[in-house]
Amino acid sequence: MTAPAGPRAHEHPVRVLDGRVDDERRDGTDVLRLERASLGFGERTLWSGLDLAVKPGEFVAVLGPNGSGKTSLLKTVLGQQPLDSGRVLLEGAPVRRGDRRSGYIPQQKLVPPGTPLRARDLVALGVNGHRFGLPLPRRGERERVDELLASVGATSYADRPVGSLSGGEQQRLRVGQALADDPVLLLCDEPLLSLDLAHQRGVSELIDRRRREHDTAVLFVTHDINPILDKVDRILYLAGGRFREGTPDEVLHGDVLSGLYGSPVDVFRSHGRVVVVGVPEAETHAHDHHHPDEHPGIHA
Amino acid sequence: MIDLDTYVQLLGLVQNSIIAGAVLGLVGGLVGVFVMQRDMAFAVHGISELSFAGAAAALLLGVNVVAGSLVGSLIAAVLIGLLGARARDRNSIIGVLMPAGLGLGILFLALYPGRSANKFSLLTGQIIAVDSPQLAWLVGISVVVLVALLLLWRPLTFDSLDPDVAAARGVPSRFVALAFMVLLGLIVAVSVQIIGALLVMALLVTPAAAALRVSASPVLVPVLASVFGLFSAVAGILLAIAGSLPISPYITTISFAIYVACRLIGRASRRGVRVAI
Ligand SMILES: Nc1ncnc2c1ncn2[C@@H]1O[C@H](COP(=O)(O)OP(=O)(O)OP(=O)(O)O)[C@@H](O)[C@H]1O
Ligand SMILES: [Mg+2]
Repeated sequence: MTAPAGPRAHEHPVRVLDGRVDDERRDGTDVLRLERASLGFGERTLWSGLDLAVKPGEFVAVLGPNGSGKTSLLKTVLGQQPLDSGRVLLEGAPVRRGDRRSGYIPQQKLVPPGTPLRARDLVALGVNGHRFGLPLPRRGERERVDELLASVGATSYADRPVGSLSGGEQQRLRVGQALADDPVLLLCDEPLLSLDLAHQRGVSELIDRRRREHDTAVLFVTHDINPILDKVDRILYLAGGRFREGTPDEVLHGDVLSGLYGSPVDVFRSHGRVVVVGVPEAETHAHDHHHPDEHPGIHA
Repeated sequence: MIDLDTYVQLLGLVQNSIIAGAVLGLVGGLVGVFVMQRDMAFAVHGISELSFAGAAAALLLGVNVVAGSLVGSLIAAVLIGLLGARARDRNSIIGVLMPAGLGLGILFLALYPGRSANKFSLLTGQIIAVDSPQLAWLVGISVVVLVALLLLWRPLTFDSLDPDVAAARGVPSRFVALAFMVLLGLIVAVSVQIIGALLVMALLVTPAAAALRVSASPVLVPVLASVFGLFSAVAGILLAIAGSLPISPYITTISFAIYVACRLIGRASRRGVRVAI
């Protein structure tokens, strides 16, 4: 399943008006910065002293066992979860709730059948869903929605009820919805969960193309690094109250992960895939809700 | 049965009730679309029991019954909105509030010295609809709910679908959720006056549930829901005039029949007969 080409960069309104901004972004102002960030609940520290800088167009994967605080990290970046200490900056200023410069794709949940929304309405909510007032369409909105639908390869089912679409099709729409305002940062929480391989590839390519063509920074939470191994620039690995950040080669290393988990862990690479073996039981099963058997990076 | 002349005379007398029923049916159908999407049918029931308690208290104290009904409704709606953000909490809170409300209401009615026919109309609806001075209130409240609902429409749709994403995209979700509860409280208080606390769902849940059976269009569903609500309410009142029964059994039967018809149509259309979008 391959998506048709999205809007070309020079056609994009924001790019045309704001080429400067893009240059500035490229020059290295960080889209997202976490400085000495710490978060815990009760006795338990999820992570502390976390420093992370994400540049425009960078693809950063966040890995870690269940309950290591990956979703909480995204909530922090969304301004929905205050830190215990430290700062989170979006383009240099502290994050605030509901900032439309970040797009968000949540941990996947299916839209129930019978929901009175078509595919295009789901995407349209990204464009105008926050606006109070009579729900009348504004000029240009339909075109924008069509453009977004095309960019995620959803044109063919644009008018079907969302609830009747497959998980993969719905996930493409969520990507389209998150891209509505040309976000500078895309936050994805396990967007590939419960998708088949073809859809995993389709959706991750969509996100990858977006950051290449529009310089959108991507923070991508995942249990399994393999579908995106060839795309990520850096990995942030959270485990056991500690973290490690670096390129895939630096982080996906037996010594590094052994250090994080505090017990021997091996990392094997075969046929371009990464397999992690020996993750302690307690770490993987302490918080298993829906994916009990997946360890980070494991798909042997 | 009565003859045509008498019927036309009666029609003149209950003209206002018909208007109130029409407005309530229409607005109730629209509110119902969000009640279904937010999975709040049980909340409707809970609010209506407290609304009943408020109305019964007002009856006992000799103050305006609509006002009493409103106070009960709003207290319940706001409590459920504040304490029951998550569905599971919400259901337990409603489960606790509902018998408390119903019990209080029954106590107040038992203490009330007036005629018992009046009393039970709060639970099961009026013989014919309420008297004129109150009608203005009922219509006025319904119109306020209608306007507010239209202004909230898009953020409310977003929040109903996916509160996390909506919040991330700038929807003030707590405000939207609470505002919806207040609107729900208002429209429940109106419905209690006309159809009775026990039967409120026939106007706030059934029409929308029926519409959702035949369509998934974001335009057609609200339109159908309000048409079904309006039709049930008005036809119910017109039929009730001719007899001596309260209007509610007519309304509930019509709205139930519409639901059954929609289920059958929905099933047929899924089999390939394309009836609706
Ligand atoms: N608001 C909260 N109050 C108390 N504890 C919380 C809260 N939010 C998260 N937690 C706890 O913090 C820990 C991390 O949760 P989080 O959802 O961030 O994990 P995760 O890494 O996303 O896990 P998963 O892989 O299962 O999605 C969990 O133990 C969770 O119970
Ligand atoms: Mg998570």
